[in-house]
Amino acid sequence: MTRVASALFSRLVIIIPYAWLLFFFLIPFFIVFRISLSQTAVAMPPYTPVFDLFGGLSGIVEKAREFSFDNYVWLTEDVLYFNAYVSSVIIAAISTLLTLLIAYPIAYGMAKAPKTVRPTLLMLVILPFWTSFLIRVYAWIAILKPEGLLNQFLLATGVIDQPLIILNTNWAIYIGIVYSYLPFMVLPIYSSLEKMDHTLTEAALDLGCTPFTAFWRVTFPLSLAGVVAGCLLVFIPAVGEFVIPDLLGGSETLMIGKTLWNEFNANRDWPVSSAVATILLLILVLPIVYFQNAQAKADSEGR
Amino acid sequence: MGTWSRFNIASIVLGFGFLYLPIVLLVIFSFNESKLVTVWAGFSTKWYAQLLHNQALLDAAWVTIRVALISATCATVLGTLAALALVRYTRFRGRMLFSGMVYAPLVMPEVITGLSLLLLFVAIGLDRGFWTITLAHITFTMCFVAVVVQSRLLSFDRSIEEAALDLGATPVRTFFAITLPVIAPAVFSGWVLAFTLSLDDLVISSFTTGPGATTLPMKIYSQVRLGVTPEINAICTILIGVVAIGVVVASIVTKQREAQRERDERAAFAQS
Repeated sequence: MTRVASALFSRLVIIIPYAWLLFFFLIPFFIVFRISLSQTAVAMPPYTPVFDLFGGLSGIVEKAREFSFDNYVWLTEDVLYFNAYVSSVIIAAISTLLTLLIAYPIAYGMAKAPKTVRPTLLMLVILPFWTSFLIRVYAWIAILKPEGLLNQFLLATGVIDQPLIILNTNWAIYIGIVYSYLPFMVLPIYSSLEKMDHTLTEAALDLGCTPFTAFWRVTFPLSLAGVVAGCLLVFIPAVGEFVIPDLLGGSETLMIGKTLWNEFNANRDWPVSSAVATILLLILVLPIVYFQNAQAKADSEGR
Repeated sequence: MGTWSRFNIASIVLGFGFLYLPIVLLVIFSFNESKLVTVWAGFSTKWYAQLLHNQALLDAAWVTIRVALISATCATVLGTLAALALVRYTRFRGRMLFSGMVYAPLVMPEVITGLSLLLLFVAIGLDRGFWTITLAHITFTMCFVAVVVQSRLLSFDRSIEEAALDLGATPVRTFFAITLPVIAPAVFSGWVLAFTLSLDDLVISSFTTGPGATTLPMKIYSQVRLGVTPEINAICTILIGVVAIGVVVASIVTKQREAQRERDERAAFAQS
């Protein structure tokens, strides 16, 4: 009896979340792919052929004949989409690099802080992550506007005599991404720096390294796992970011998340938005798999 | 370790200034008398008073809170199970796929998650609205819960579970009597995280919503597009306040529980 109950319990622990994620996370991607092969139609749902799970095998085969790659051809013909993909990747890459440059000194300073202060600092880094993403992006509009707080401050202190135009440019997007994703970069770098054996750096210094060489050849390589995890945590979501380019970027800013949103909400073109999402996923599949492996490896090391 | 140099302190102060200044400014200007968000014209709470008469906004807030309560609770159950499956069962068929499905949603761009869930709901003929938003939120927040609980389970001392099993407790009883009380603080912070993530979500809600179900972030977003006003600052300030109180309470509860546990352990040692 106990053995049966035990087996049942362990089965359920695995099966319930497994089934949930299969149904609500994995299967939807296949539906996205399938609809990307459909035609746009003026109907509800707005595409043909309509997927019918209960149509039987013959129904599916018949409908599969109507599938076409027209939407993908359309994406390659319109240079707008290609540019949006390229500029999303570039903007995400630049922002990731900027985030790393700002986050590393913060994480380094936290790891060097006295042990008693560290939990408080950690809490202070995590706290903004709990407040709304939308609100944090919104807060920057009032700061970056031409008549906004940053320009008022710089004009009053005499640093500039013409207001800077930042809002609705790519710079505003970089600032938005760096700001919103900073904790994601600081935390993994901090945890890898905190675990580090500091006698290694001391040894390097004793052997005559300059502090910078010791940092670059000893500390930095040892924190690389945290740096990679942080970069992936910033880069992958930033490529598909919608809120930041929409609120802070200008009308000429091209980012694929915004393109997908407009295709879906303004143009109501579900098949084309599905094709856009499929290609975005293909671009991101390598970094995502890499991220998953790094996570799985970190877990087995923590065991 | 080493010394806390001036450079270290400066980078922390500047970094935290960067993180907190925009939020502080937003809160300050929610008390601005003037309709302009960037020019200070005196202290006033009139924008808060105005919020109370905005019925559409209050309705949206109510929808958001209900979605967050239901989805955070379901996500906590599912996420805890997922964490148990990942930590306790190192080999079962399809484990690679399973761990992939737990980690991928953490980085998946929201537009993709939102679109794919919407297409699923349409394919299975579910009416879009309150419940579809809730299902979507359960799905993406359960993975965050799983990661939080997983890290606690990894440092779990399994010998106390083995003791319970040796003494004849069933696995189910062992789970509820031993495992769950020990990981409870992590489960609780997982719930708070899921709750705030659900409270904040704009993109996934916008894709999966239907007529009649507007959440607060959707309402805020549509107003922000029309321009920056102190009224939005006021809503945002209230939201920040709610979340801040929640996080502080959560951390106090966690600390107290841990202190209690340490006291219990010391008492147990003293008796033996």
